[in-house]
Amino acid sequence: MTDKKHMIIDGQIVNFDKEQNILAVIRKAGIDLPTFCYYSELSIYGACRMCVVEDEWGGIIASCSTPPRDKMKIKTNTPQLFRYRKMILELLLASHCRDCTTCPKNGKCRLQELALRFGIDSVRFENTKKEAVVDDSALSIIRDSSKCILCGDCVRMCSEIQNVGAIDFAYRGSDMTVSTAWGKPLAETNCVNCGQCASVCPTGAIVIRNCTQKFWDAIYDDSKRVVVQFAPAVRVALGDEFGLEPGTNVAGKIVGALRKMGVDEVYDTTMGADLTVMEESKEFVKKYKAGKKLPLFTSCCPAWVKYAEHEHPELVEQISTCKSPMQIFSAVIKEHFKQVQEVDGKETVVFAIMPCTAKKDEQVRPEFIYEDGSRDTDGVITTQEFASILKQAGIVFEDVEPEAADMPFGITSGAGVIFGVTGGVAEAVIRRVVDDKSNNMLHNIAYTGVRGMEGIKEASIPYGEGRVKIAVVNGLANAEKLIEQIEIGEAEYDFVEVMACPGGCIAGAGQPFTRMEGKKERAKGLYDADKLSQVKRSEENPVMMALYGGILKNKTHELLHVDYNKREEVAK
Amino acid sequence: MRQVLDTILSEHTKKSEIIPILQAIQKEYRYLPEEALCYVAKKLHVGEAKIYSIATFYENFSLEPKGKYVIKICDGTACHVRRSIPILEALRKKLGLSEQKKTTDDMLYTVETVSCLGACGLAPVLTVNDKVYPAMTPDSACELIDTLK
Repeated sequence: MTDKKHMIIDGQIVNFDKEQNILAVIRKAGIDLPTFCYYSELSIYGACRMCVVEDEWGGIIASCSTPPRDKMKIKTNTPQLFRYRKMILELLLASHCRDCTTCPKNGKCRLQELALRFGIDSVRFENTKKEAVVDDSALSIIRDSSKCILCGDCVRMCSEIQNVGAIDFAYRGSDMTVSTAWGKPLAETNCVNCGQCASVCPTGAIVIRNCTQKFWDAIYDDSKRVVVQFAPAVRVALGDEFGLEPGTNVAGKIVGALRKMGVDEVYDTTMGADLTVMEESKEFVKKYKAGKKLPLFTSCCPAWVKYAEHEHPELVEQISTCKSPMQIFSAVIKEHFKQVQEVDGKETVVFAIMPCTAKKDEQVRPEFIYEDGSRDTDGVITTQEFASILKQAGIVFEDVEPEAADMPFGITSGAGVIFGVTGGVAEAVIRRVVDDKSNNMLHNIAYTGVRGMEGIKEASIPYGEGRVKIAVVNGLANAEKLIEQIEIGEAEYDFVEVMACPGGCIAGAGQPFTRMEGKKERAKGLYDADKLSQVKRSEENPVMMALYGGILKNKTHELLHVDYNKREEVAK
Repeated sequence: MRQVLDTILSEHTKKSEIIPILQAIQKEYRYLPEEALCYVAKKLHVGEAKIYSIATFYENFSLEPKGKYVIKICDGTACHVRRSIPILEALRKKLGLSEQKKTTDDMLYTVETVSCLGACGLAPVLTVNDKVYPAMTPDSACELIDTLK
């Protein structure tokens, strides 16, 4: 026997230390206990009862909501438990739509997966499924409450992690449903389109809007020049869909696969990120030196921008006027092909492969639709949608030869690529603004505190006479905490990076779902890409010099910035 | 409305006091107006959906406007066995109401059931705007309605 605190799980001794509940200890022991309503980062709800275990006296306890005790003996797999789990699944299925083949969640549905795992080959009860009630008002996510199993994951994600609270339970008993206030269409609520609810939804009740057809239509249309840009975070997550090691960088394969499908030009959004660094740094230094109201908040994350508009309209003027990297880059691409378009008569359409669902909403914000009806970005596809496009095309991803992105935008910097992880934007901006451009300083910046998966991080760097104070937050509830501290004067910052998704874009709702370990691998994948890139700072990217001396001449404001007053009006 | 709500909110300032706030609003307006709940949500920094969730969970809260006279017919066990349902049916018939339609178009009467008023000795019992009327029959209930006009 061991002296450490331990439990005996199915006869096996398992040590535990800081685990909050038996479930975590069981999973540590390598037993995949099924759950619908448990996520370690959310509060414990104990609704689904799939995680029940038997104690040594035959009592049934929910492992998610019971703390471990020393020398506790439990069994996770007995005939009684098996019967209970099967019954729960049967009852859920009895009131659930079972047309799996036409469900957007087909193949990724936890209910489907567990029904298969527990061998549910028939349901004894009458099918009492409700009629589909679809809310497709929002541009990022689609809700069908008839497929809801009331696990509450979305509700807790929306209020606890994002502090948005656009949806909650309504009514009670058998009438209970997840609803917006007064059942309003989601588009009319304070939803920020972050999509995190969809990422934790175990069924098809909340799914991400699918735009793959639009992509194919453009590919098949000979009158169009299809240009695709893909975000930094996509390269370290797409591999999950094809059984590669978590965090594997598949940027080259993405380019290769897109060319195979007939895309005319492929670019890396990292170039857009470099432009953002240039513009945002310029804006920051200008405001800092002029003694303008700080902190300057980053503007890359459209969910954050929307959150600020809803909850803190007073802060909107402190958000950087830079467009997001996607929008900046699309605007530059459109400008670049303007002349070519006049010659060959082909209309340029820009698609963006993004880790993000909020980008689907950002892309059609009124500020980005111009008088002639044209837009910066014509379509946004998530990493998951891109994976299904690859599958539809019959491309064997493992066999795709890596290729390099097209010129003239093919060169990117390491500062741009780390945009995909929390702290990346701040680090890239620091690299740009510090006077000391030595490798030593570059190394030091990485250890100032901007890296890591914590919700709120702080850093301070020497600048001019004084020091610049920086904060990095991910998760909008953390942003809210920080704003509160700033408002009551407990904290003071010069520059604040905000990313809505916990961990940054690598854990965006458009990405294949992953837990903390996967997020860390993805972050490592991006930092490794940074290490390997010859150009570390955005301003050293030769494309920048060419652009600022070329098509951006006298056009930086028009192409790279967005008018915030207008944004405020939209929010009203 | 804003003044009324501000007074209520000055008495209950915490997020944990949503239920007393809703009760106070309902007392004032006999139901929970959407506008009022949105205002409360904003002032308390609570999501509108959260307040909607609470308001729809409790049977006693109403999101629909109620009539001038709210008639609650007790259908607890004692009242039920002493024939409360015929009283309910008689009132619904007289006022042209049903299970779904609880309030008359002229906004004078609302007829609903409650589970137990705790006055079983007086069964079958009903209340009109919280005034208790004991030992009712379908006929006496209809007569009572006429006297309210």
